[in-house]
Amino acid sequence: MAETVEAKAPRRIQLPVLDSFLWLIRLAAIFAVVWGAYFSLSSGRLSGAQWKDLVIFGLSQGSVYALIALGYTMVYGVLRFINFAHGEVFMSGAMVAFFVARGLSRTAMWTDQVFLSLFLVMLASAATSTVIAVALERIAYRPLRGKPRLIPFITAIGASFFLQYAIAGLFGFGFKSFPQVPALSGSFFFAGFRVLKTQSVVIVAAVLMMIGLYLFVERTRTGKAMRAVAEDQEIARLMGINVDRTISIVFAVGGAMAGAAGFLYLLVFQQVFFLTGFIPGIKAFTAAVVGGIGNIPGAMIGGLLLGGIESIGPSLVLTGLGIPSAHQLKDVVAFLALVMILIFKPSGVLGERVAEDRA
Amino acid sequence: MTELLAARQVKLGDAIKTGLVAGIVAIFVSAIGMVQRFDSRIIFSSVTFSYVLLIGIFAGSGYQAARPPLRLEGYEAPKAGVRNVLAGLLAGTAGGILLALFILVAGTANLRPIFPNISPELVEILAFGRELGLGATLAALAAAVLGLLGGALQLVPQRLKKAIGGTFLWIVLFALLRGVLAPVTRGLGITSLTDLLYERQGLSIAGLVAVAVVVFSSYFFLAGRVRAARGGLERLPENRRRIVVLAGLAVVTLFLGAIPQVVGVFLSEVLSAAGIFLLMALGLNIVVGFAGLLDLGYVAFFAVGAYTTAVLTSPISPRFTPELTFWAALPFVILTAAIAGIMVGTPVLRMRGDYLAIVTLGFGEIARLLFLSDWLEPTFGAARGIRRVPDIALGPIVMKGPQDYYYAILLFVLLAAYVSWALQESRIGRAWMAMREDESVAEAMGVNIVAAKLWAFVIGAIIASFGGALFATRIGSVFPQTFSVVVSVTILVLVIVGGLASIPGVMLGALALVALPELLREFEQFRFLIYGALLIFMMLKRPEGLIPSRRRTRELHEEEVEQDAWLKAEAAKQEAN
Amino acid sequence: MHKAALRVESEQFGKAIKLDLSKGGLLMLYEKGKWMRLLAVLAVALMVLAACQRGTTPGGTGDEEEGEVITIADGEGIKIAVLQVISGDSASLGTDQVRAIEIAVDDRGGQLLNHPIELQVEDEGCTNAGGQAAVQKVLADPQFVGILGTSCSGAAVPASEAMSEAGLVMISGSNTSPFLTKIGGEAGTDYHEGYFRTAHNDEIQGTAAANFAFTELDKTKAATIHDGDPYTQGLAGVFDEAFKTAGGEITIATAVDKAQEDMRPVLTEIAASGAELIFFPIFQPAGDFIAKQAKEIPGLRDVVLMGADGLLSDTYVVIPETEGMYFSGPATPTGPEYEEFVAKYEAKFGEKPIQSFHAHAYDAANVLFDAIEEVAQEQDDGSLQISRNRLREALRATSDFDGLTGTLTCDEFGDCADAKIDVVQNTARQTTISEVRANVLFTFDPAT
Repeated sequence: MAETVEAKAPRRIQLPVLDSFLWLIRLAAIFAVVWGAYFSLSSGRLSGAQWKDLVIFGLSQGSVYALIALGYTMVYGVLRFINFAHGEVFMSGAMVAFFVARGLSRTAMWTDQVFLSLFLVMLASAATSTVIAVALERIAYRPLRGKPRLIPFITAIGASFFLQYAIAGLFGFGFKSFPQVPALSGSFFFAGFRVLKTQSVVIVAAVLMMIGLYLFVERTRTGKAMRAVAEDQEIARLMGINVDRTISIVFAVGGAMAGAAGFLYLLVFQQVFFLTGFIPGIKAFTAAVVGGIGNIPGAMIGGLLLGGIESIGPSLVLTGLGIPSAHQLKDVVAFLALVMILIFKPSGVLGERVAEDRA
Repeated sequence: MTELLAARQVKLGDAIKTGLVAGIVAIFVSAIGMVQRFDSRIIFSSVTFSYVLLIGIFAGSGYQAARPPLRLEGYEAPKAGVRNVLAGLLAGTAGGILLALFILVAGTANLRPIFPNISPELVEILAFGRELGLGATLAALAAAVLGLLGGALQLVPQRLKKAIGGTFLWIVLFALLRGVLAPVTRGLGITSLTDLLYERQGLSIAGLVAVAVVVFSSYFFLAGRVRAARGGLERLPENRRRIVVLAGLAVVTLFLGAIPQVVGVFLSEVLSAAGIFLLMALGLNIVVGFAGLLDLGYVAFFAVGAYTTAVLTSPISPRFTPELTFWAALPFVILTAAIAGIMVGTPVLRMRGDYLAIVTLGFGEIARLLFLSDWLEPTFGAARGIRRVPDIALGPIVMKGPQDYYYAILLFVLLAAYVSWALQESRIGRAWMAMREDESVAEAMGVNIVAAKLWAFVIGAIIASFGGALFATRIGSVFPQTFSVVVSVTILVLVIVGGLASIPGVMLGALALVALPELLREFEQFRFLIYGALLIFMMLKRPEGLIPSRRRTRELHEEEVEQDAWLKAEAAKQEAN
Repeated sequence: MHKAALRVESEQFGKAIKLDLSKGGLLMLYEKGKWMRLLAVLAVALMVLAACQRGTTPGGTGDEEEGEVITIADGEGIKIAVLQVISGDSASLGTDQVRAIEIAVDDRGGQLLNHPIELQVEDEGCTNAGGQAAVQKVLADPQFVGILGTSCSGAAVPASEAMSEAGLVMISGSNTSPFLTKIGGEAGTDYHEGYFRTAHNDEIQGTAAANFAFTELDKTKAATIHDGDPYTQGLAGVFDEAFKTAGGEITIATAVDKAQEDMRPVLTEIAASGAELIFFPIFQPAGDFIAKQAKEIPGLRDVVLMGADGLLSDTYVVIPETEGMYFSGPATPTGPEYEEFVAKYEAKFGEKPIQSFHAHAYDAANVLFDAIEEVAQEQDDGSLQISRNRLREALRATSDFDGLTGTLTCDEFGDCADAKIDVVQNTARQTTISEVRANVLFTFDPAT
C-alpha cells in the first residue's frame, strides 16, 4: 500500500517530514542497541557460557512462540484475519493436557512408559485445541466472512475474553502445576551449548512440526486447495474447491499446532492458568509479523528471533544502557522490536505471503 | 396475481437442535459457577436469580425454536400455530433432558477435582433440593414447560410480546437493584416506597405486582409512540425544530444537574466512574468509530493523563513536586497527551488496520510496564504509585466526594460529546469517514491521510488524558496496576455495543456496561465472560450497536440489501419454472 | 544537535497540520460560537449547582465525644462490610480471607450480643479504583459498623481515606505497605484515623529476613527480586537496606513481571552477579518459576533461596525444588488453635487454606467483634447503640489480644500485628504447610 501512496502528488508536502521522523527513530534505535551492547559486552558482566545459555533459553521460548505463530500465519494467509483468540486456543489445550497428565501421573504408566504417556498428553492437548479452533470458526467467524475486516477481528477479541473466563470458571482461577517428568530432567552439551533436555524436546519438536506443515501446505492436494483459497476464494470455489471445508482445515491444523505448543509449554514451564495464553498469543502474533505473515518458515524464524530478543535483549541492551531491573521490561523489548521491525521492514524478515489485498 | 406457495413451516428437527444448545448453555452456566453464585440473590419469594437465569435460557430456547421461518418472496406469510408451540415444547424437553442427565452425573460422580464449581450445593439448587432422581425429573419437566411457554409466546401479537419480555426483565432488574434504590428513596424522604416494594430479601408481593403493572402498561401504551414522536419532530420546519431541541437540551441539563442531589453519594460515585469511562469511550469513538483506526492501547493515554496530573499536583510525587492545581496542570496534561498521541500515531501511520491494533496493544502494555518499572521509579514511584493527589478546586470551592466530582466529570463529558458532534460534521470528520471506507480512494480524492490519522490519534489521546486526570484526582492516587489492557478492552466494548460512531449509543453503552456491573460488584468474576459473549453476539447479530449511527448502519447492511435482491431473483426463478 | 533537529521537525510538522486545518477542520469549533456560549453557560450552571450542595453535611446524631451513634433495632443485624479482592488474578488472596472471616462469624454462633452478624462482601479488585468504588458502596449505607479489608494496599489508599472521613473503622489482614500506617516510627503518608491492620508492616519483616540471612546463614552477598506488587517491592526494598546496614552486599536488586514465565535470563544475571542468596518475596506463580528454574542455572546450584509469607502456601511447599528453601513470615500460627481453625476451614470449604493471610483476617474479624461487644450499649427495647468514636478508641486500645497470629497490640498508627517474625525452612521432612510453619529456625523480635 505504501508504494501506491508515495506516488501521489499531495503526499509530497508531508512525506519528507514523516520520512525524516521515521529515520530519526530508526537511527535512535540502532544507536541505542549498539551503545547498550557495547557497554554490556565490554563490562564482562556475563561470561561467554552465560551468553550461550541465554541464546538457548531464547530458542526454547521462541519455539513455543513459533508453534503458536503458525496458527496465526496460516489463518492470516488464507483469510487476512487475525484470530485474536488463538492464544486462548493454545491455553485451552494446555489446560486439558494438565488434567490428563495429572491423571496419568498417578498411574505406573507415567514412569514406565514415559514417551507413550507424554504422547497421550500431547494428543489430548492437540485434540482440544483443534476442536475449539474449528468450533470458533464455525460459530463466530464463518457468518462474518466478507464483512469489513474490523468486525471479525472484534469478534475474535470477544472470543478471547470469553474463552479465558470460561476456562477459569470451568477449571478454577488457580494455577495448575504440571507433574514432573523424571526422564526429562537434567541437561547435556551440544556443540558447546548447554541444553536442558526439555528444551531440546521443544526445539526439535517445533522444527519437525514446522517441516511437516511446510510439506503439507506445499505438497498435498489439501495444501494446494488452501493456497488457492488464499489467492481468491471465488475463483477457488469455481475450480471446485470446497472453500468452507478448506478453511475449517486451516483452523484445525492451526489449532492442532497450538495444542502441541500448549503441551510443550507445559513441559518447559510446568504451569498453566487461565491467562497463560494471552501474552504468549500476542507474542506469537508478533513473531508471525516479524517473520513475514502468511509465511510458514517465516513464523519459525520470527518465533526464534523474538524469543532470542526477549531473552538476550534486556541483558544486552537495557542493562548496558544503565536501566535497572532490565528483565522486568522484557515485554517492552518485545513490543518495541515489533514496532521497529514494522518500521524497518513492514513485510517482515522473510517477506509476506499474502495475496494482494483487493479490498 | 400469481398463486403463492404454501407458507414455510417451523422445522421440528431444528427445534430439537435449539433445545440441545440451550441445554448445553444451562450446563455451562452451572459448571462455571454462575448458577451457584447467583443463588445468593433472591428475586421474589423463593425464586433466586439463578432460577431466573435458567428460566430465561429455557423459555428463550422455546421462543427461538418456535420462531416462524423468514418469509420468502413467493410464499404465503407464515402464521404461528400449534406447530410452533410444539416446537417450543420439543426444544424445552431436549434441553431439559440434557440438564437432567447433567444433574444425575454431577450428583453421583465427584467432578470437583476437575470442575471445582460442580459442587453438591449446585446439584441441590438444580434438583430443587429434592433427592437426585426426583430432582432431575422435575428439572426436565420444568424445562419442558418453560419451552412450551416460550413457544406459546410466539402466538401473541408483537406488541404484547415486547411488553411481556420487558416486564420480566424489569422485575429482575428491580429486585437486583434493591440496595441501590434504598439510598435514593432515603434521599427523597420516601423510604416507605422501598418498604412497600421489598421484603427482607427480594421483592414483596406488592412490589412485584406494582412493578409488573407499571412496566407492562407503559410498554403496552407507549409502543410505537416514541418513534412517532421522533418522526413528528423531523417533519417540523428547521427553526421550530431547533427550539424543540434546545428546550429538550435544557430539560436534560436540569435533569443531569439534579441527579447527584437526588440519588445520593453512592450512585453519584457509580455515575462518576461510568462517566470517566464514557468520556474515554467518546474519545475512542473518534479514533475507532470516525477514523476507523482500531486502537487497542487506548489505556496508554489514560495512564499518561493520570500520571501527568499526579506528578504535577501531588505533594508527595517522588521527583518533582510543583504542586500545581488541577487546572494549572491541565495544559501540561493536554500537551503530554498530544505528544503521546503523535508518538504512538507516527510509527503506525502506514500500517494496515489489524497490524495497527496489535501494535497499539503493544504500546498500551509498554506504558503500563514503564510506569511500573524500577527504571522510572524515581519519577513515578513504581508499584507504590503516586498518592495524595489533591482534589479539584475552583476558587474557594473544593470538590470533595463523588457528588461534586459528578459535575466535573459531566462537564468534561459534555465537552467531549460536543467536540465529537462538531467534528463529525466538520471537514476533518468527513475526511475520517472517507478514510475509514477506503484509504486509497480517500487519498485520491485529496484527503490528507497523514494529517487525518494524526489528528484522530491526538484528539483521542487528549480526551483520554482528561479521563486520566479526572480519575487521578477523583480517586486521589494512581497505581500502575489500574492501567491494564482490560481497560482498553472495556472501552472498546462500550463503543461497539453502544454503536460505533454513534454518540448516544456510546452513552447508553457506558451506562449499561460500566454502571450496571458497578452496582452488581458481587458478580464481578463473570464480567469479562459476559463482555466477551456480548462482543461476539453484537458482531454476529447487530454490528451497528444498540443505538446505531445511521451512516454506519447503511454501510454494514449493504450486504443484506444485496441478499434481499438475491432472494427476490430466486423467487422469480421459481415462478418462471 | 538533537534538540535543534527536533525543533525543526516539529515546526514543519505543525505547519503540515495547520495547512489542513486552515481548510476547515477544527475551525468549525470557532464558527459555532453560539454553541460554545451555551456550553459556557452550562458549565457555570453546573458549578453553581455543585457549590449549592456543599452546604449539606452528613447526617447522624450524637454529641462530640461519642461522634455518630448507630442504632441497631431489635432483631436487626450488625452490618459489617468485607472489602476483599474476589475476582481477577489475585482472587485467591481475598477469597481466602473472606472464608476466614466467615469462620470467625461461625465461631461466635453468627451473632454478637444477640444480634446476627451480617457480612456484605464487596470486591475491591486489588486496584485503587476498585477500593474507591467498594468503599463508597459501603458508605452509602449508614448502618455499617466497620470494614474488614482490604486485601491489597493499593485498594486501601482510597478506602482508608474515605472511611476515615465518614468516621468508620477498617481492619485489614493483608495490607503491608508502610505508608498506610507508619514509616520509621512516624505516621505514613496515607495513614488515616480509624485504620488498623493485623498484617505486618513490611519494615519489620524485611529487616528480620535480612538479619537472618546475614547473621544466621552467614551470607554476605544477596540478590533480591520483586514482581512489581507494592507488597513485594516494599519487602525487597527494606531487605536491601537492612542487609547493607548489617554489612552485606546486595549484588543485584532486580525485578520481574508478574505475568512472566521464563525466569532463566534474569536468574542468569543473578548468577553472574555472584549472589549467594536470593530473596524473592513474591507470589505464585512467578515464585514457582523462580524456584524451579534456579536449579537449572549453572552457578545457582548452591544458592540459598528465601521467600516471604506470600509464598507460604500449601501448593508452593510441595514443589520439589522448594526443598531447603527459607521463608520469613509473621510468628507462625501453630499449635492446636490453628490446627482447629484449619480443620474448620477444610470442613466448610472442601479444601485447605489457599493463601497465607487467612489467620490474619480471622484475627482482624475477632478484634473487631471484641471491640463491638465492648462499646455496644444494649437498650431496654432490645436495640443496640454503637458510638463510632468509641469503637475507634476501643480498637486503638486493643492490647494483648490472643490471636492465631500471636499476641496483638495496636499502636497509635494502627499496626496491631504481633511484632515477632519467624524464619522457617521447608525440608524433606515437612510435607504440609503447617509442618513447614512449625519448623522455626529463627525468631526476630524488634522489641529486643
